[in-house]
Amino acid sequence: MSKKIATRQAYGDALAEFGKDENIIVLDADLSKSTKTDNFKKVYPNRFINMGIAESNMMSVAAGIATTGKTVFASTFAIFAAGRALEQVRNSICYPKLNVKVCATHAGISVGEDGASHQMIEDISNMKTLPNMTVISPADATETRAAIKAIIDYNGPVYMRLGRLGVPVLFDRETYKFEWGKGVQIKDGSDATIIATGLMVHIAIEAQEILEKEGISARVINIHTIKPIDKDIIIKACKETGAIVTAEEHSVVNGLGSSVSDVASQNYPTPIKMVGIEDKFGKSGKPELLLQEYGLTAQNIANKVKEVIKMK
Amino acid sequence: MNKKTLLELQITATKIRKNIIEQVFYANSGHPGGSLSIADTLAALYFHEMNIEPSNPKKDDRDRFVLSKGHASPGLYATLAQRGFFPLEDLKGFRSIDSYLQGHPSMKDIPGVDMSTGSLGQGISAAVGMAISGKVYNQDYRVYSIIGDGELEEGQVWEAFMSAAHYKLDNLMAFIDHNGLQIDGKIIDVMNPNNIEAKLKAFNWNVIVLKDGNDMESIIATFEQAKITKGKPTVVILETTKGKGVSYMENDYTWHGKAPNQEQRDIAISELNSELAKLEGLKNV
Repeated sequence: MSKKIATRQAYGDALAEFGKDENIIVLDADLSKSTKTDNFKKVYPNRFINMGIAESNMMSVAAGIATTGKTVFASTFAIFAAGRALEQVRNSICYPKLNVKVCATHAGISVGEDGASHQMIEDISNMKTLPNMTVISPADATETRAAIKAIIDYNGPVYMRLGRLGVPVLFDRETYKFEWGKGVQIKDGSDATIIATGLMVHIAIEAQEILEKEGISARVINIHTIKPIDKDIIIKACKETGAIVTAEEHSVVNGLGSSVSDVASQNYPTPIKMVGIEDKFGKSGKPELLLQEYGLTAQNIANKVKEVIKMK
Repeated sequence: MNKKTLLELQITATKIRKNIIEQVFYANSGHPGGSLSIADTLAALYFHEMNIEPSNPKKDDRDRFVLSKGHASPGLYATLAQRGFFPLEDLKGFRSIDSYLQGHPSMKDIPGVDMSTGSLGQGISAAVGMAISGKVYNQDYRVYSIIGDGELEEGQVWEAFMSAAHYKLDNLMAFIDHNGLQIDGKIIDVMNPNNIEAKLKAFNWNVIVLKDGNDMESIIATFEQAKITKGKPTVVILETTKGKGVSYMENDYTWHGKAPNQEQRDIAISELNSELAKLEGLKNV
């Protein structure tokens, strides 16, 4: 877990790698150097369209291009993709179920110094409620690359949540297989299960290590596809471990924790604790310090695991 | 163009107007005023100008049309039915639960609809996307869109105008239905977009103004002017009459989104039948 790569970097690299497919066209809203779509632009300039600082127009333009049979990637920061242009994503892309991949970077508070105005903590919520939408939140560079390949092969709208901050590479590029809508069990355990997404996955693994030293056996599951969610792996965890902690760099309102609770409560009611941003805005600061201040830490996850076990 | 062809188009526009009234009457909801104002342009596009094939509505090289002012769906549906995309009989189902004719155009449900619209401002952007794709992939099709004048109050429309000019989309032609009225009243009272012509020229579009935006011959002439304009998109500002063809609906904003009752429906159909008879008579002159 030494090497760190931001998922936005892996996204740009994957676009350049898989971009030889003539059907792919990439749009950006004046952020190509930050979202890394610039990597695609350098190799395939004719199929890169800069839409300027006009995200709402970009999403509907993406929809229009998709009606002509193309695979369209539309990138900007998550705050604009899932905030400002939300209604365009809904009505122009999701309602007609068009083949547009909204790949949004700079999600979560790990954006850091730019502060609350640019730290999108409601995007999973906004996007997962849209009919026809698939929501993917990869944990590392390997998973991002594999997920990009998978969404190119899928005909329909996708929202992919990507980060600015470098995160450890968890999976082996040669052996990792991305399975659409399937959770990934990273560690087995019997006392409780930690279900995490995005950059919280590597922090969940650290939490598992803390707990192991204290004699607590925690299972760790990575959910890369938040919608459609893998019900089976959640129900199995409920039955076999009897307690769940969810972890996400997102508001605790209607994020991964909520999706897991939906599945558990309707299938196998089980005590659940959520680690996430407690219904408040972020602020400026170094990403690592923000993660600590907002409780997105291995120690906090470990503490919640101990609390939830007491609720069994 | 010869007189007979012109008359045929005018007859078609009148038939479209009758279908508009019938749809809104049957549904007891919908938007007659802004549908009647664009019936002539729709007839010109679908019966004269566009490369389309009703039996193969998704053919790759077809010209595209996006009704950005999606609430004028009765106008578009009447046109598509008259053109043979689906049976005229189906218009009676407009807005009802067992019909595919949704309140606003849905491309997944309705043959011949190239883009789902209804949320104002988004359709013209989608048309820009279709035109960009045509340029990137060297396709010859052309893209047409009708925008409402009230719709110009949506900021996204201006983002779309900016991007169309930036990418020199001379394969895109837009029409602005400038009937001067929106739901709450006159657009100059509700939110005045002011000098639309000057604004669009400043956005680097080729701008054509039709003083009578319901005149078939003038509308037809704009297609050629658009085609010979290279390096920029063309927009036609149609000075239209809202509610055109139905005396009591003309220039009355309260008919933006209201259905006629039986008596009002009968008057409207009677007036349009008189117009049809007049046009048919002219064919034999």
